[in-house]
Amino acid sequence: MNGNWLWDRDRLRVDWRASVGLVGTVVKYLSGAFLVPLAVALYYGEDVPTFVVSALLAIVVGVALERVDPDPDLGAREGFLMVALTWLVVALVGMMPYLIAGAVGTESALAQPENALFESMSGFTTTGATVMGEISFDRHSHALLLWRQLTQWLGGMGIIVLAVAILPELSVGGAQLMDAEAPGPGIQKLTPRIAETARVLWIAYLGFTLLEMALLYGLHLVGLAPNMGLYNAVAHPLTTMPTGGFSPEARSIEAFSGAVQWVIIPFMVAAGTNFALFWHCATGDPKRLLRDTEFQAFTGIIGVLTAVVAGHLFLGLGLQAIPADLSPFGGDIEGSIRHAAFQVVSIVTTTGYANMDFNTWSAPTKYILLFGMFVGGSAGSTGGAIKIVRWVVILKSLRRELFTTIHPEAVSPVRLGGRPLEERAIRGIYAFTLLYLVFFFVSVVLVVADAWRVGHFLSAFEAMSAVAATLGNVGPGFGQLGPMNSYLAFPATSKLFMVFLMWIGRLEILPVLVLLTPAYWRT
Amino acid sequence: MRVIIIGAGQVGSSIAASLADAHEVIVVDTDRERVDSLTYSLDVLAIEGDGTSLSTLREADIETADLFIASTDNDETNIVACATATAVSDQFTIARVKQTNYLETWNHTGGAFGVDFMVCTNLLTAETVVRIIGLPAAQDVDVFADGRIFMAEFRVPNGSPVAGQTVASADNFVELTFAAILRDGSIIIPEGETVIEAEDDLVVIGSSESTHAFAGDLAPGHTGDRQDIVIVGGSQMGVQTARLLEDRGLRPRLIEHDHERARELAEELAGTTVMESDATDREFLDREHVGDADVVIAALDSDEKNLLASLLAERIGVDRTIAVVETTEYTGLFEAVGVGAAVNPRDATAEEIIRFTHDTDTEKVALIEHGHAEVLEIKVDPDSILEGRPISESMADLPAQVVVGAVTRNGSIITPRGDTVLETGDHVVLFAETAVIDTVARLV
Repeated sequence: MNGNWLWDRDRLRVDWRASVGLVGTVVKYLSGAFLVPLAVALYYGEDVPTFVVSALLAIVVGVALERVDPDPDLGAREGFLMVALTWLVVALVGMMPYLIAGAVGTESALAQPENALFESMSGFTTTGATVMGEISFDRHSHALLLWRQLTQWLGGMGIIVLAVAILPELSVGGAQLMDAEAPGPGIQKLTPRIAETARVLWIAYLGFTLLEMALLYGLHLVGLAPNMGLYNAVAHPLTTMPTGGFSPEARSIEAFSGAVQWVIIPFMVAAGTNFALFWHCATGDPKRLLRDTEFQAFTGIIGVLTAVVAGHLFLGLGLQAIPADLSPFGGDIEGSIRHAAFQVVSIVTTTGYANMDFNTWSAPTKYILLFGMFVGGSAGSTGGAIKIVRWVVILKSLRRELFTTIHPEAVSPVRLGGRPLEERAIRGIYAFTLLYLVFFFVSVVLVVADAWRVGHFLSAFEAMSAVAATLGNVGPGFGQLGPMNSYLAFPATSKLFMVFLMWIGRLEILPVLVLLTPAYWRT
Repeated sequence: MRVIIIGAGQVGSSIAASLADAHEVIVVDTDRERVDSLTYSLDVLAIEGDGTSLSTLREADIETADLFIASTDNDETNIVACATATAVSDQFTIARVKQTNYLETWNHTGGAFGVDFMVCTNLLTAETVVRIIGLPAAQDVDVFADGRIFMAEFRVPNGSPVAGQTVASADNFVELTFAAILRDGSIIIPEGETVIEAEDDLVVIGSSESTHAFAGDLAPGHTGDRQDIVIVGGSQMGVQTARLLEDRGLRPRLIEHDHERARELAEELAGTTVMESDATDREFLDREHVGDADVVIAALDSDEKNLLASLLAERIGVDRTIAVVETTEYTGLFEAVGVGAAVNPRDATAEEIIRFTHDTDTEKVALIEHGHAEVLEIKVDPDSILEGRPISESMADLPAQVVVGAVTRNGSIITPRGDTVLETGDHVVLFAETAVIDTVARLV
């Protein structure tokens, strides 16, 4: 192939300069986000130069990219490229503080670029898988750990959604951009203007985050949460609402009291719910939430899985070995239900918090959690993985297949909440789900092979959990990459591969995959 | 009363015919030939012109009209005509529509479009079909007195236990009156000794329970709520029928041959199993066991196809067939060749419109044998010859072709006997031949 075709405007059907230019604009504005950790750094007197340099670097990169096309005209094709590139560039810019802090001050594992990129991508994609090694304020500054939380909050509702809400130049192609980024098949326009819809979503998101901060700090003030100080009360909602899962505490939510855990559960459920439903609740149709098929399925799955796991824990079957610092569950109703509910909700919504090391649970309960990693949140939520609405449609269309096998002439549309779905939409759902599973199996093989190459022992279960947790943006896996451990032991190649998995998982594969087809670049 | 009728099609002309004797009728139509033929066949003023244009309406003297009926085949024309008429004058307006969505709008807004009364052909037809399904062997069913009284026209099946009995021995029901027997095109007012024959059309009036029980006697073994119903053809009428059946908790099947239309219907009708196939495909009918169905309703887009589909359904063993027949003249023919019941949308529409043109005391009308006879519901007022007298006495003052079918007083049914004294406020359901209907309406 002629090497110059990329630069030949006549043969290339994608105006990639426009995409790059807009990515620059997004990055330029995103540099403002560094002000938050900078303020924290100034308050604690640590890591101030790290964030000053990072912010300046972000502005320089942003402005430089913007120069590629000062007057971008974004079409449908450029939209895909812009969304995919944005997430990649944002992760690259977001890794700067880790890299600088790791190299200059603490000499932590983050000094290696692949680790810094992993942590950054894991943050923005709300995965919550970590390679930080030892998480403590002795090793890392308050500012750096808060930046880690903030990346998840920014990525949760979506950087593009935020950009559409703020940047007027994205108003025309905005719906398509949001469609490429938002979880689930298709987006719901809540208002005539897409920027207004984006704002509504972000306001609901911000509202829930502030409410959770207030409740957590309130618990601290009334004495029910001794170690939930102001820093923790701000840091945790930033990773609950985006279903992220990062925590500045090494032992995640286990470090906090039962009351804190009970408060976090409903917020994880809300984060896994379609935010459009909250808008309908707020505008006077609260019954719509309960009538929604996906919400019913979502709460149903959580209820059933919680009951099964709680039963296991209550009967004492659910634990392989009882950790010394936790009282056994046998006969403890509150403890069994709390741990089951917290862990099931955390995994199904792809948050990835842990209120105990579920590595100590028995094999059946761990497999239930692995199954939960494929369920995912609702469409239009901040959750990852396959999404409940897709499973609902798949089950309904399979039932339809059984019916039409007996009655070949029957015309029976698949209905969702009473409304018939187009066959094209169903086909899209099948394609995505199949693609997701193919990626899962192929990736498991690659991860196992890569570990074997460097002589690192990895069980099949661990490898499956690693891929399911990164592709589904869940976070922790099982075994050596369990909730209290990290992904640090993987070879650099595996880490970079997982960065790729997190990236395509967040964008739901197709918008990235389409960039790899020749048809996309030419006619 | 001055009545303006827009549209001289089958509905318009049959309304005009039934009103021409007692009222001044003006008919407007765009078709020159129709206008000409109407001028000679009926004693009405026929005007050629567009019913939606103000100049035509002025020509018809819209300002002096008391009643305005828009009954063309086009929904939008009818609605616009009524709106125009309302804009210039304050007569009572009636619009005939086919689509139910206009009726829904009209119902929800409490009288939109300047229409005072809206008659929905598709809904009326579907309602008639569903009522017929509810009564075995029935060809036509109508309800009176807020649904307490049923009027049913039965075709006595061959081999029915009732065939060969006298009326006196067949009538084992307190709340049931045998109003008429239609035999070979003539109307017989039955006496106790009249013998019922197979293939007779029997008109009965009575309570819902008695009517249903009699239907059970007439055709034993065909009752039951959980009926397997197949609708052939996805016309508007078919869709409406399916929807009404869904409302009653049934899960009908609907067969439509057009791919796009079948998909559309399947999306619209959540409780109906829609099949995409040709209804004359024997292999398909066998595979889906259509022959085992209790009722097959033919609602295709042409009368000929409906006839064919009904006869084929009869042939493969379906118990009852009901066909929608657009051409009024065919209804008798359909029933003669073996179709269980033929329902004419235009009859249903005309019935509904005519009831507004009778005096205000007449609340409900049903046409029997396409207008040879009528069943009326009358509220007794002090001026009526029925008031304060035993029925046997007042009947002597009425023409012979009149039967008192049922009476309700304060919401409950009382069985009319010769010595029953009627009071003001009673609702009386009468059977009368059309020839004497105006005399009856005047006297009672």
